Amino acid sequence: MSAPEATLSPAEEQQKWLTETTNNVKQHAYYMKQAIDDNNLREALKHTAAMLSELRTSQLSPQKYYALYMKACDELLHLESFFRELHKGGRSIAELYELVQHAGNILPRMYLLITVGSVFVQSKDAPAKDILKDLVEMARGVQHPLRGLFLRAYLAQCTKDKLPDQGSEYEGEGGDVKDAVEFLLQNFTEMNKLWVRMQHQGSPRLKEKREKERQELRDLVGKNLLVLSQLEGVDLEIYQELVLPRVLEQVVNCKDEIGQTYLMDAIIQVFPDDFHLNTLETLNKALGQMQPTVKTGSVLASLMTRLSRYALESPEVIPKFEELQAFSLLREAVKKVSEIQTDVAMLDLVTLYQALMSFVVQVHKASLDKVDEVLAEAATVLAAQNQAVSGKAVTELVALLSAPLSVYDVVPILSLQAYPKVMELLEEPVRKEMAVTIVRSVLKSNTCITDSEKVDTLFGFISLLIKDDGLSEPEDEEEFEEQQCLVSRLVMLLKAPQPKSQLAILNTVRHHFGMGGPLRLKYTLPPLVFAGLRLITQVQKGEDVEEGEKVSRKTIFGFLHQTVQALGSNGQPGLAMRLYLQCAAAANANGFEDIAYEFFTQGFLIYEEEISDSREQVTSLQLFIGTLHLCTCFGQENRDALVHKCTTYSSRLLKKSEQCRAAYSCSHLFWVPGSKDSENVALCLSERRMASTPQMGAQGSATVAAASLWRYLYFFDEGNTAVTVQLLQGLMDLIAEEMAKTQSDDAEGSNQTENFYASTLRHIKHKKAEGGEVGARYAELNV
Amino acid sequence: MRATDIPPQFKQLLVPGKIQHILCTGDLCVKEVHDYLKGLCSDLHVTKGEFDEGTYPETKVLTIGAFKIGISHGHQVVPWGDLESLAMLQRQLDVDILITGHTHQFKAYKYEDRLVINPGSATGAYSAITPDVKPSFVLMDIDGLRVVSYVYELVNGEVKVDKIEFTKTS
Repeated sequence: MSAPEATLSPAEEQQKWLTETTNNVKQHAYYMKQAIDDNNLREALKHTAAMLSELRTSQLSPQKYYALYMKACDELLHLESFFRELHKGGRSIAELYELVQHAGNILPRMYLLITVGSVFVQSKDAPAKDILKDLVEMARGVQHPLRGLFLRAYLAQCTKDKLPDQGSEYEGEGGDVKDAVEFLLQNFTEMNKLWVRMQHQGSPRLKEKREKERQELRDLVGKNLLVLSQLEGVDLEIYQELVLPRVLEQVVNCKDEIGQTYLMDAIIQVFPDDFHLNTLETLNKALGQMQPTVKTGSVLASLMTRLSRYALESPEVIPKFEELQAFSLLREAVKKVSEIQTDVAMLDLVTLYQALMSFVVQVHKASLDKVDEVLAEAATVLAAQNQAVSGKAVTELVALLSAPLSVYDVVPILSLQAYPKVMELLEEPVRKEMAVTIVRSVLKSNTCITDSEKVDTLFGFISLLIKDDGLSEPEDEEEFEEQQCLVSRLVMLLKAPQPKSQLAILNTVRHHFGMGGPLRLKYTLPPLVFAGLRLITQVQKGEDVEEGEKVSRKTIFGFLHQTVQALGSNGQPGLAMRLYLQCAAAANANGFEDIAYEFFTQGFLIYEEEISDSREQVTSLQLFIGTLHLCTCFGQENRDALVHKCTTYSSRLLKKSEQCRAAYSCSHLFWVPGSKDSENVALCLSERRMASTPQMGAQGSATVAAASLWRYLYFFDEGNTAVTVQLLQGLMDLIAEEMAKTQSDDAEGSNQTENFYASTLRHIKHKKAEGGEVGARYAELNV
Repeated sequence: MRATDIPPQFKQLLVPGKIQHILCTGDLCVKEVHDYLKGLCSDLHVTKGEFDEGTYPETKVLTIGAFKIGISHGHQVVPWGDLESLAMLQRQLDVDILITGHTHQFKAYKYEDRLVINPGSATGAYSAITPDVKPSFVLMDIDGLRVVSYVYELVNGEVKVDKIEFTKTS
């Protein structure tokens, strides 16, 4: 199966070498462990040195070398515990430390030295700081980048829990935190040099491959920074005075793109937020000294993101932000990035400004000026790029625009000069989504918008949702409906405290909505009508109206009339009719007879011309009759005319049963306070006689008769003189007769009627039992 | 259409998982409200209001425990909100409890041996019938033959609760 060696792919070749060297390591380790078991130090050291010599290979890629290194490290643990045993048995560790230096080759010698050194520190036979200093100095002997990096990684690994950190057992005689810092800084500096040097080794052709390999090794270097950040003794002062300057010096001076990008990011990620806040100026300066190809923008963005989160999680530090002028420092830094780096990608720029905006929103909740500053700068810088915002940059830009909406009042934000400029950078479909976000933010904040100018501004921003786009039907029906419902809910929040200003708002809204075309009006105009009706109630109460804020109710009714009419003529007759009736009821409540009459007339016009579905006719008539019953404003003549229309249309309904029910409802129109007309009530109710026709069948007839009995009883209660005991008695006989006829056909239906009738009879008994005047009247009824 | 939303004070009280059935008399108007109610409790019963376009029924009858409950928006019953007329609908549907709306005003009556309830409007929407609409809703706790109705009303931004008890005579 195995292919001839010459045809192995590079990956297969690597695997082969790794297998070979690993096997060697295992073999030497076997003898090493045997020697340890025999308590033979000399043999153990010999085999360990042989095992470690495998790490001198130059054939392995960093990834494979890492695998080999890990294997060797595992085996070294056995040796380390052997050393510890020997020390416990009374052997001098200092002597051991001397002894291992006899190993012939430097690499194995250094690994052995570090292994003993770690036990040496632990033994406290010598000060930790001296041993550490010795080790970190001696490691200089290995200058091969890959081998050196791993050797020093081993050093960092073995010593990380043995540093003379503040509060550690090695503090005191072993040194102090400054020694620990010094040790780590030195190891970091040397590692970084080795890492950067890798770049210049080998043929220029393989640059790309080398860069990739270097990326794989970066965390070895970064490990030192991580350990530094975990030292208890590193406080702000030590960080500011010692750690950061030394680290930055190394980062700046290495003049290496990969190194600088990674290390700056590592600094931001590993050290605590308050350190960054206090060293912003230093960081900014260093960012300014990076190689031109380094993406300082993304470093800055992650710095700002961290600081914003810091402010969010610990609001008590916000004054510190102000004190240290964090915003202006960051703003300067952002500006510098966009100025210096001419070929910086759109996405990076947008991300940068987005991060600055989140920072402002998080830290400076009260400062609209800063929001405006950020927007204005973003608008200028982004527009100067002369390229479309696309892909992920869109998401970032939308986030930039949305961030302030969640914190500040929406309209003041929109009124900022720079806001529309940034919004214009987005393409239309995204601007539409942005408009939805704006509407949602207003609704969520639940704050009223109190003057028509602001309403105008707001509607300018969401015009993509409001204006007719010329489509005969929406692309996505559900989305369209959702958007329009959002817009319509907005109306409730457009509310001036004074009537005239409120009417101005309604007119502004009407103007904007008017451009929506038939598809939108159905959603947007009804809430506007209700807003008008509420305004009328407000004016009617007339509380605390300021000078010059008076407005006549007739004007508002005019507005309503015109608005409802627009709905009617834009394909929504049913809705318009119902709204006319709402307006009629309002006009009645305000005592405007003519206006109420006009609204009824308009409603009936629609009924006549547009409502042809019989079901809809029934429900519409219910509304006409119900509304008219409420209205007390009409004089006899107008009232008669409207009642006449109701009764006429009732008698023209399609089904007999519907006609009867409508007539029963109409009966109440003759029985209103001040106008109780027994005869006409009786006339309406008696229409059931016409109803009993073959098409209804006995069943329907019984049901209708039972329903009419209730109406009769209602008026009987009310003292209607035309409803007599004889009449009721006759009707009850008739129902009993009809029910008897139907028992065979529709069992369920007849059951229902029977139950209904039975409960009616129980009701009569209740009335009889009540006594008094009503009880006396009922007494004559024979159940 | 007539109000932005259910007041936040109510939304705090209405949490999913605590209510077994929702009975709504109608005029939800938009899908969003329907979805909100559905999110509170999946057993949602709605009848058709004056401004609803959906395919809701005019009346609905359901049985919960020992009670037969009828729902109807109420604009179909003239005179609007008239107890005698509502009682007639109640007899017709043959229900122990009738729930109606339309007037946007909370009302509860014991009529003979039955209960008629109008929970009012949860949003406090404009009404041509009631000049000052206070948002309100009713929670019913049914236990055997007894039902306790808690009326939640929003008065000047504060929630007031009232309790009405009704026992069915079997």
